[in-house]
Amino acid sequence: MSTREIRNLIVSALLIGLCCLLPVYGSPYWLTMGTTIAMYAVLSTSWALFSGPTHYISLATAAFFGVGTFVTGLGFQDLPFWTLPVIAAALGAVLAALVGMVTLRLSGVYFVIFTLGLAEMVRQVVTWVQNQTGHRGMYVLTSLTEREIYWMLIALASLVFLAGWLIGRSKLGFALRIIGNDETVAKHSGIDTALAKVLLFMVPGAAAAATGAILAPRYIYIEPSTAFAPLLSFQVVIMALLGGTGRLWGPIAGVIPFTLLWEAITRQAPNQTLLLLGLAFLLIVYVLPGGFVGLWDRLRRRYGGNQ
Amino acid sequence: MSKIILQARDVTKRFGGLVAVNGVSFDVTEHQVMGIIGPNGSGKSTMINMISGSFVPSAGSIQLNGRELAGQPAHKVARLGVGRTFQLVRLLPELTVTQNVLAGAAFGHRRRWGPEAERFAHTLLDRLGLGQVAGLPVSALTYIDTKRVELARALAGEPEVLLLDEWLAGLNPTELSTGIDLIKSLRDEGRTIILVEHVMDAIRSLCDRCVVMSSGTKIAEGTPAEVLSDREVIRAYLGDDDA
Repeated sequence: MSTREIRNLIVSALLIGLCCLLPVYGSPYWLTMGTTIAMYAVLSTSWALFSGPTHYISLATAAFFGVGTFVTGLGFQDLPFWTLPVIAAALGAVLAALVGMVTLRLSGVYFVIFTLGLAEMVRQVVTWVQNQTGHRGMYVLTSLTEREIYWMLIALASLVFLAGWLIGRSKLGFALRIIGNDETVAKHSGIDTALAKVLLFMVPGAAAAATGAILAPRYIYIEPSTAFAPLLSFQVVIMALLGGTGRLWGPIAGVIPFTLLWEAITRQAPNQTLLLLGLAFLLIVYVLPGGFVGLWDRLRRRYGGNQ
Repeated sequence: MSKIILQARDVTKRFGGLVAVNGVSFDVTEHQVMGIIGPNGSGKSTMINMISGSFVPSAGSIQLNGRELAGQPAHKVARLGVGRTFQLVRLLPELTVTQNVLAGAAFGHRRRWGPEAERFAHTLLDRLGLGQVAGLPVSALTYIDTKRVELARALAGEPEVLLLDEWLAGLNPTELSTGIDLIKSLRDEGRTIILVEHVMDAIRSLCDRCVVMSSGTKIAEGTPAEVLSDREVIRAYLGDDDA
């Protein structure tokens, strides 16, 4: 490990420690904002771990997230709460592996459409099952406080960052970057491209499902139409791209301003939030192709400063 | 008699009604440079693509050291020991020159990782005359250097057989002689190479044996001097009047 890596690890640990103090010193309003930011940080960062290097745009976040919330909805009365995110993560990973095996042979737009359809399909299946059994939604009434939920999300975010850091140093991470550059070269260099993609696709699947499981008590009442809302998938993609997927910390640089802005607009003009999504998308396409990370790198190159 | 490394037997490839390669057989022995030549559309690249696992042969067998390659996915073929370059250069644009070579070293026939792979990549880069540009992004390279990087990447996995698909195409005369010398030096190291080539000078000076293809079938095989004076070959290239 180089001194620079050790320094980065220490800085990251300090930042995470600082985030943990928010419920102690911050107001309830900022705790709510912090929880939302932590949620999107997990979702966007884990999304970028797969979609960043491979350039496969996945819109399946809502599917995994929804599965997670339903794991909690079904299990919170019988199982200790800490097991629920674990079970959800395992289920999310299995679902991602199945989806990956079917779809990752597809490329480009076919993959995007399939993942979007997946959330809708899971939602319809859950709705159908509920209709068969006579249920509608589910109440998730726990004694968990917002600060506990927040801390669990911070812990999950730390795990995602750790996973991302380890993957970045691993052969799997390198293989994914090669695949993202040129899949034909990857194959002829000896990379089992299908296996590598499926393995890595399981990471955002597990993380999103665990996030859903942790956040279910916050919703109190869950039903398929909110748990599998496709808007979530788009928000995650936009935030990650806005921040930039070139670095591990990139997505979070998009998550924080976007969430604050979203919140501000929701308060002033609740119906105009979609406009923000569209404007952010235009901004990414026309001005910030590499996100804030790309901008940062460009500026640093222009105004001196080596590495 | 040296050992046969690669053996193609009655290899056929059909695309719908079109027979691109029709029952072609040949052997490649160790430390040999085998040329596959022929007019445009004669099935040379299809043959290379079948050996490297891009295409699955419709019939026939291709064996590397007795192990069947036909029907194996490309990454397995690469791991069994077939390295290749592409007719149109394919580099990994977001990676540096060294990382491009590491890509070949990390997953190929003989796999290396970490500091060992770095050392090996740098040895290869120096060997191919790329020592000066090792840290650059590939977008900063000249054309021949992009070809060298691709070659270095293919060599980084230490393949049993190296496939060069028109590696010399598009080079200017100075670069061409540099390129020919480079491949000659690879041959002198004892590597086994199959090359598809149009450049006649290269074929004469590099190939130990040649297979000549026309319309998907093998029409001649032998040393470059033998096949280039073969009436059938001249007819295939130039038409009946000149034969």
